[in-house]
Amino acid sequence: MKFMMFVCTDTQPETDEAAVPSIEQWVADTHDKGRAIMGERLADATTATTVRVRGGELLLTDGPFAETTEVICGFDILEVADLDEAIEIARNHPMAYAGRIELRAFDPLDL
Amino acid sequence: MDALANAAKESYGRIVATLIRVTGDWDLAEDCAQEALAIAAERWPGEGIPANPGGWLMTVARNRAIDVLRRATVEQRKLREVAQPADFTVREADEVEDDRLRLIFTCCHPALSLEARVALTLRTVCGVPTEEIARVFLVAEATMTRRLTRAKTKIATANIPYRVPAGPALGERLPGVLGVIYLLFTRGYGNDGEPAFAEEAIRLGRLLRQLMPEQPEVIGLLALCLLQHSRRDARRDADGNLLTLDQQDRGRWDRAAIAEGRALAAVAGEGAYATQARIAVEHTRDETDWSVVAGWYDRLAMLQPTPVVRLNRAVAHGFAYGPEAGLDLLAEARTGGALDGYAAATAAEAELTARLGDRLRAELLFREAADLTTSPAERRALLGRATSMSS
Repeated sequence: MKFMMFVCTDTQPETDEAAVPSIEQWVADTHDKGRAIMGERLADATTATTVRVRGGELLLTDGPFAETTEVICGFDILEVADLDEAIEIARNHPMAYAGRIELRAFDPLDL
Repeated sequence: MDALANAAKESYGRIVATLIRVTGDWDLAEDCAQEALAIAAERWPGEGIPANPGGWLMTVARNRAIDVLRRATVEQRKLREVAQPADFTVREADEVEDDRLRLIFTCCHPALSLEARVALTLRTVCGVPTEEIARVFLVAEATMTRRLTRAKTKIATANIPYRVPAGPALGERLPGVLGVIYLLFTRGYGNDGEPAFAEEAIRLGRLLRQLMPEQPEVIGLLALCLLQHSRRDARRDADGNLLTLDQQDRGRWDRAAIAEGRALAAVAGEGAYATQARIAVEHTRDETDWSVVAGWYDRLAMLQPTPVVRLNRAVAHGFAYGPEAGLDLLAEARTGGALDGYAAATAAEAELTARLGDRLRAELLFREAADLTTSPAERRALLGRATSMSS
C-alpha cells in the first residue's frame, strides 16, 4: 500500500543534534530499497500559489492554503505493507527530529 | 442465566478476535459475536447448555460470518467479475489465544488516541456495551459510537497491522498496552469510578499473563491491580466517604486477592509496575514500614521520574523520616510548577504540615486541596480532615 509522507517543519523542535540520522542513510534505507517510489524537497511555502474556482471564476492566492507556522517542506511516497512499516521509515528521517512527519494512506479513486 | 453470562464474558473477545483475523472486518466480527450470544439466549433455556459453550458460540458466530460474506461475495460478483473466497479456517485452540493478543495490541496501537485505545479495548476485547463506555467517559452514546467507528476506520484505512509486534518492537509496544490496562483499572478504581472497569482490567491482566507468561511487567501490573483492588470493600464508610488506609477495617480486605498479589509481586522482576506492586504489598501489612516504602519509591523515582511519583516519594519519606524531610522533597517535586493546581500535592503538603504540628496552616491547605479536587468523594474527605484540624 502507498502512504504519502509529508515532511514538515516544526517551530519548536527539541533536538539532540548528535542523534539525528543522516538523510543519505535514510535515502539508502528507503528509496534505494524500493520502499519509497518518489520524494522531493519543495520550494519555500511562501512561493506557493493557491488555486480555487468560485462561482465559475478562477481565484489565485499568493501563499499556502493554510497560514501556519509549520509548513510542508517535502514529501515522499512510500510503498509499504502497513502503518507500522511506514512509521519505521518516518522515525528514521532526520526531519522527524527537527520537524514533524505526517503519514497519510492513499485512498485510491481507481480512475 | 448465569451460564450464558459467563460464556459471554469468556467468549466475546475470543470470537471477535478470531473473526477479525479471518474476515478483516471489525464490525462484522462484533455483529456476529453479538448475534451468536442472542441465539444462545434464545435456545439454551429450552435446549440446555451445550457441553462446550465457548466452542458452540464460536461455531455459530463463524457460520453467521460465512453467510454474510457469501451473500456479499454474490452481490460483488454481480457488480464485477471478482470473487475471492475468504479463508475461513479457524485455527486450533492455542492459536486462537493468539488472536486475542493480536486484538489487544491492535486496539492499543499508539497511532490511536489514548481514549480511543481504552474505549476500543473495552468494546471489542471485553465486550462492554458502547452505552456503558459512554457513561464512564461522560459522553452521549452516539458520540462514543462515532469515536469507536473513527478508530476502526483508521485501523482499516491506515492499515494498522493485526499482529503482535515481534523483536525489539514488542518491548517498545508492550508498555503502551500495559498503560491502557492500568488506565482502565484506575478509571474503575478511581474515587468515583466504575467498579466493573477495574474488574475488566484485572481480567485483561490475567489474560495477558496467560498469553505472555515470560513478560515480568505483565505480572507486575496484575499484582499491582490485585493488591489495590483488595481494598475495594473497605475504602469507604457506610455513607460512601473515603477512608484512609489506617481508618479502614482490615477485616474487609480481600485476603485471597492480597495473597495472590503478594505471590505475583515476588516474581515480577524489577520494572516500574513490579516496584509499585512492592509498595502496594507494604501497604497490606499490619504495620506499614514507611522506610521500606520510601526505599521502593526511591527506586520508582529512578525508573519513572514523573512529578506524581516524586510527590508520592516525598510523602513516603515524610512518614518515614519526619515531615521536614517530606516537605523538602515535596518542594523539589514542585520545581518548575510541575504540580501546580494538583489537589493531591496540596493534600500531601497539608498532611505533612499537620504532622509538623502547624494545624492552622494544615487546615487552610486541606481546604485549598478540597477546592482543587474534581472528585466529590475526595472533596468530602479533605473537608473532613480540615475540620478535624480545628477540633
